[in-house]
Amino acid sequence: MAKKQIKSGNVTDLNEIRLLIKKHKKNDLIFAATGMFVIASLTITLIILFLDLVIDGYPRFTLDFFSNFPSRRALRAGILSAWVGSSLVLLVTFFVAVPLGIAAGIYLEEYAKKNWISDLIEINVSNLAGVPSIIYGLLALGLFVYSFGLGSSILTAGLTLALLMLPIVIVSTRESIRAIPVHIREAAFAVGATKWQVVLHHVLQYSYGGILTGVIIGMARAIGETAPVITIGALTFIAFLPPSPVTVSPPFLNLDWLQAAFTVLPIQMFNWISRPQHAFHVNAAATGAVIILLTALMNGFAIRLRYKIRKKIKW
Amino acid sequence: MVTPNIHNEIVKAESKNLDFYYADGTKALKDVSLPVYENKITALIGPSGCGKSTFLRSFNRMHDLYPGNRYDGQIILHPDDTNILDDKVDPIEVRMRISMVFQKPNPFPKSIYENVAYGLRVRGESNPRTLDDKVEEALKGASLWNEVKDRLQDLAFNLSGGQQQRLCIARALATEPEIMLFDEPTSALDPIATVNIEELMSGLKEKLSILIVTHNMQQAARISDYTAYMYLGELIEHDETNKIFTNPSKKETEDYITGKFG
Repeated sequence: MAKKQIKSGNVTDLNEIRLLIKKHKKNDLIFAATGMFVIASLTITLIILFLDLVIDGYPRFTLDFFSNFPSRRALRAGILSAWVGSSLVLLVTFFVAVPLGIAAGIYLEEYAKKNWISDLIEINVSNLAGVPSIIYGLLALGLFVYSFGLGSSILTAGLTLALLMLPIVIVSTRESIRAIPVHIREAAFAVGATKWQVVLHHVLQYSYGGILTGVIIGMARAIGETAPVITIGALTFIAFLPPSPVTVSPPFLNLDWLQAAFTVLPIQMFNWISRPQHAFHVNAAATGAVIILLTALMNGFAIRLRYKIRKKIKW
Repeated sequence: MVTPNIHNEIVKAESKNLDFYYADGTKALKDVSLPVYENKITALIGPSGCGKSTFLRSFNRMHDLYPGNRYDGQIILHPDDTNILDDKVDPIEVRMRISMVFQKPNPFPKSIYENVAYGLRVRGESNPRTLDDKVEEALKGASLWNEVKDRLQDLAFNLSGGQQQRLCIARALATEPEIMLFDEPTSALDPIATVNIEELMSGLKEKLSILIVTHNMQQAARISDYTAYMYLGELIEHDETNKIFTNPSKKETEDYITGKFG
């Protein structure tokens, strides 16, 4: 059958419509270009910064650098005590901030009555995430170092960074819990589950991807923190390692390391960069590159993890 | 105790002068008194916002999940004559006796098996053999067994919409409830899946009592034994489905049924 153009009263003016679409699409283009430009300039800045550190610190990327203690001679100095210190501090931070933060997030989201007190807590938690880290350092100096007599130890540093990380964990826990649809929650309650059963069997199971992401991002922030750790009196020259947390004889665990003096990567870097000799600046650059690499790795891992877990959950 | 009634049925549950207020003060139910008969399907019809879902959700205390909601009146569950709206009655106990199937299929993002087993696990059942048996029985009861028996460990969201809804029915069935509530169970499904679910419900009433909210009047006419017409939070008329659809006593009901209104 031959196609016939049916003419009727309301034939659309095609040219007019095409012109209109063209005009609207221009806005798409403008926005996409602006976004691209902003993201590119940010990324390029970071890449240049990182490459600069890598080029400067290149001569020190040797195994010795990771296995040597700091030294008066720049070429023999390494970051052994710093990376071990950073790892142990983060271990404390992790074991303090994660359970507390998740528990607080669950309580606020699932159990706390919504009233002005919960609003106040909510504002406070969000605020804490924005407080300059030096304030946490001062608080820790007064509370952990002096009042509790914990000294300038790994434990103090871990607790301090845990304070810093806590709001991030709480906020990400709450956000992930809120993302669980109401109808899934109602389904669980409808078969007779208690609140705790719903939290344990559903809320935590469906939100741990988001929570873990928050935890890792919080850790990545903690690893680069310098100010609070300086405030509580981390040393800048540590030529020994803390006692090992694991022992060969029973009880296999040793908690003495918690009380040991320590240094961390950013402090080691800070220390070297403040020396006049150029050779130490090379060390500082190498340390900086290590910190950025660690942060990037942690964030990358967080993104990968979230992606993998999300694939298993659909509403 | 068997309450006598004009239809000569056994009353499984009945609301008595039930008022319901949402947290914002809206009165969603006004003095609703309605029986749910044993081994019968009672359908609730009425225009959007008439309170039929609110009424249904009162039967397993779903409103308790949100602060500020308030019931006034009673829902008596027989034969033990418990007022399930009583503050002293734990809503969890009520939900263990009265299960619910929702409008949108809402399986947990877990395996098919775990979805059905969940209600049993909540009740402390952990014997693998008992769980296996009851899961199979529930899936058979929901006419889903043949389709999923070889892939019980698959994730539930890989099923089609109609299968997901039958899975939700199996989940609600596994705990052997006395009453099952259906909140527009087929409104998100295609016609074939709808027919499946309707046939399923007609079979289920042998074992339990069913209260269903539906937007679809033909559905109410097809499957229910009794129909209640609600409007603006009030129960206008309740009678045998045949009577409601052929010879309603109230003018409002007739207008709604014949499509003059709503």
